[in-house]
Amino acid sequence: MFRFIVRRLLQLIPTLFGLSLLLFIWVRRLPGGPEDAILGERGTPEMRAAIRRSMGLDEPILVQYGRFVQRLLRLDLGTSSSTKRPVVEEFLERFPGTVELTITALVIAIGIGIPLGYLAARRRGRLLDHLSVGGSLVGICVPIFFLAYVLKAIFSENLGWFPSSGRQDPTIDATRITNFFVLDGLMTREWDAVADALWHLVLPGIALASIPLAIIVRITRASVLEVLNEDFVRTAEAKGLTERTVRGRHVLRNSLLPVVTSIGLLTGGLLSGAVLTETVFAFTGIGAFIYEAIGQRDYPVLLGFIMIISVVYVLVNLLVDLSYSLIDPRVRVR
Amino acid sequence: MALLEVDDLSVTFARRGQRTVHAVDGVSFSVDAGEVVGLVGESGCGKSVTSMAIMGLLPRQHGTRIGGKAVFDGTDLLGLDDRARRDIRGRDVAMIFQDPLSSLNPVIPIGLQVTEVLARHRGMRGDAARKEAAGLLDRVGIPDPDRRLKEYPHQLSGGMRQRALIAMAVACRPRLLIADEPTTALDVTIQAQILELLKELVHDSGTALVMITHDLGVVAGMCDSINVLYAGRVVETARRRPLFREPRHPYTAGLLGSVPRLDSGRGEPLNPIPGSVRDVLSWSEGCAFAPRCSRRVDACLDETPPLVRTHDGRSYRCVDPVPLPGAVPAQAGPADQSGAPSPEPNEEKTRD
Amino acid sequence: MTMTGKKERLDRLAELVNRDDERGVSLWQEAFRRLRRNPAAIIGAVILTIFVLVALVGPFFVPYEPKDTIGIREGVVKSGQGIIPGASAEHWFGYDHQGRDVFSRMIVGARQTLLVGVVATLIGLAVGALIGGVAGAAAGLGGRWGRAVDNALMRVIDMMLALPSLLLAVSIAALLGASLSTVMIAVGMVSVPVFARLLRVSMIAQANSDYVLAATSLGVRKPKIALTHIVPNSLAPVIVQATLTLATAIIEAAALSFLGLGNPDTAQPEWGVMLADAQPYLGIRPALAIFPAVAIIITALGFTLLGEAMREALDPKLRK
Repeated sequence: MFRFIVRRLLQLIPTLFGLSLLLFIWVRRLPGGPEDAILGERGTPEMRAAIRRSMGLDEPILVQYGRFVQRLLRLDLGTSSSTKRPVVEEFLERFPGTVELTITALVIAIGIGIPLGYLAARRRGRLLDHLSVGGSLVGICVPIFFLAYVLKAIFSENLGWFPSSGRQDPTIDATRITNFFVLDGLMTREWDAVADALWHLVLPGIALASIPLAIIVRITRASVLEVLNEDFVRTAEAKGLTERTVRGRHVLRNSLLPVVTSIGLLTGGLLSGAVLTETVFAFTGIGAFIYEAIGQRDYPVLLGFIMIISVVYVLVNLLVDLSYSLIDPRVRVR
Repeated sequence: MALLEVDDLSVTFARRGQRTVHAVDGVSFSVDAGEVVGLVGESGCGKSVTSMAIMGLLPRQHGTRIGGKAVFDGTDLLGLDDRARRDIRGRDVAMIFQDPLSSLNPVIPIGLQVTEVLARHRGMRGDAARKEAAGLLDRVGIPDPDRRLKEYPHQLSGGMRQRALIAMAVACRPRLLIADEPTTALDVTIQAQILELLKELVHDSGTALVMITHDLGVVAGMCDSINVLYAGRVVETARRRPLFREPRHPYTAGLLGSVPRLDSGRGEPLNPIPGSVRDVLSWSEGCAFAPRCSRRVDACLDETPPLVRTHDGRSYRCVDPVPLPGAVPAQAGPADQSGAPSPEPNEEKTRD
Repeated sequence: MTMTGKKERLDRLAELVNRDDERGVSLWQEAFRRLRRNPAAIIGAVILTIFVLVALVGPFFVPYEPKDTIGIREGVVKSGQGIIPGASAEHWFGYDHQGRDVFSRMIVGARQTLLVGVVATLIGLAVGALIGGVAGAAAGLGGRWGRAVDNALMRVIDMMLALPSLLLAVSIAALLGASLSTVMIAVGMVSVPVFARLLRVSMIAQANSDYVLAATSLGVRKPKIALTHIVPNSLAPVIVQATLTLATAIIEAAALSFLGLGNPDTAQPEWGVMLADAQPYLGIRPALAIFPAVAIIITALGFTLLGEAMREALDPKLRK
């Protein structure tokens, strides 16, 4: 197990180097540069050159890359050219918001998706089955940002049940420790801050959960249907076990294997969706910030964030593989 | 009275847009306490569906209809509600399946799969259940049972897995055990061991055994009496020796004749039954075997052949049965000489 | 080995491979038969037929020029003051914020949307199939060097997969500058890793199958096996995936438009652009967003229904 983790982490290194080099060259080729974003139309060629020099952009690209890697090894991702703050700092401030949003969406998707998929399989061909299969097909086809707008228009602007933007009401003077607002509130026992942060998570969470929910319902349903036909379920029935034991111990548990795998694959989609959801709900997270960074040609932020996201993606999938090996003894991680 | 009395059991699968399938079409047989009864036939003859119907294991789908009776110790198993049926299953009537790997849950240790039966029917928990489970594994010949209890099915060999399944089936000392092709998926040497184990268990505990198989060798080695099935009906019932020596139904004779034998000459062709199980008539049109039968006469297609019971307790469903001794074309020589279908060891030597 | 000998071997193999089952129907015929019986497939096919008909023929019959700002010219639309008239007998879906006829724009937009979806999918399919096909052929048949090629290609694919798809599309769009072809390329590139992996896995599975072993033992050369047997048999899942990708391509193109990276020529009607353009006027006339959104959802649903039905129809596990 330990060796498996180490090997997977080692495998990460060449991938990251390749990815960073590709991205580095690529990002540098984006038309325009930070000097345009900073100076706009007014700058003289001298001012532009000065800015480029101060950022080290006048040197050959491989030298620039070498410097980037050097700093990377010290976990220094440089300074944002638009906000003038260290990228790592920006990241630590914004990433927790995205994590909270993503976890909320996953909790909603898993919490509803697995039971619904299971029930649909058990009631195959009945109304609930048709509704959830149809619903999940439609769910995949609804653009997230449209859903986010509709939710916002109905539940916050018309009905006023939920806040329409942000992560927390600014009038709540909450203590910041980790920038995970919910976690901070729990640690400082500021319960109103916890409630308010959760309240802000509901609508964007639902919008972001729509596609993973649809996928989990479908996978769970298909998997349960397959397991119900397995010989070992017949054996369990032949033993005279109660229906509860058969369903819980033998059907559901085995059905969850493909669902667990799918959760790892959903992470990429969730981060994509986060960009859109965060934009609609003016939610402070990395998604919206990356989008701005592209407009600003903020190379350090862009590179740093994409690298970190790749690491997160790989780590999530490593975690999924590990948990998979815990559920399925046939998969031994070596 | 018999322990299990199956009377006119029928199972039909109706699917929209497709022909209704009569998988089991009026099967009747009985099993006495402690007796080993064989259900024999080609694949598709309805033997597995019969056992699943008795156990109440057929998926409750729209279009599946079960008729007739299966009276076990005075209660009709087919008439029970789900709860009562679950109480009997695994406790009084247990079952062993064909493919031991897929019949075991891959993600649960063997131990739990044994103890869950003990917990359900004998109320055993914790250490007591674990001890009993180890004892059961030991009884079915699994060495080092304490270690095996913690292992998963994929860590066991094929024979081991089947032994573990048998341990689960006999955990509550059932009075009836149904074994559905228990050795088909196993190597020949393992097959013999498993059959030996089943024989031993049945003998020691007085459990009745219904052996479902297409393998006449298995039948010859194990069964007290045999029911031959064709197209969802019993076509011949007899004790073991008379059946092998003097098959009356042409289908039985054909089955026996299609087994390769060491004492037939090297150049002699085998005697397969022509056609396949798909070439059937429905029983209502006459004899379902008629299209493949070498003894077919016009009367075969008039009506369902009635069951003929003879004075020695045999019965067959044929209007023109194979005549008694000496006159069986494909069977005459060998049957007269040895009387048993399985080759003797000394005959094997002569071949070398 | 002489030419005739080779031919004979191929023929014998073809017999082995192409031997139909007893009812004399091939995999594809059987799949098609089952598709026709599946109501989901029929609904999907009907939706798509209507969509394609509208896209091809519709633009010739639209009541108004879709780029014409009639409403502003006639002074009925004043979006600055929040006046955008809704449906009327003349303008079935009303005006948009620039005073253009929404119904005409929806019809003409169908063509543009179809174009974006199809071209994007074809880009993804072509690049993905190339990478996946080479990797699959290398891994399936090529020994040590083959494995090395396969490994290198798969690393590239893994890198692409490690990036959230929308970020990848956004980066490409930003790199190439906003234009219609940018949208197509960006959306297409996102689906490259999916196609590549799918084709590779299915080719490796085919390469390990018994009939390829039979072909190899009969002395058929490896490139020939790859082209005549492995590729055709690996195509089914790729075609299914292409159908499903058409749905996501249309949705992703809309997302790019929403982020301001779509076609900068917003006068040119396209559903994603129309939906993105309508966002500021949601409070005044939500219908402006609802028309294109519903059109996108229904079209995507059509592709998804048909794709899923095809997947089911071609799945050997589900065949009876």
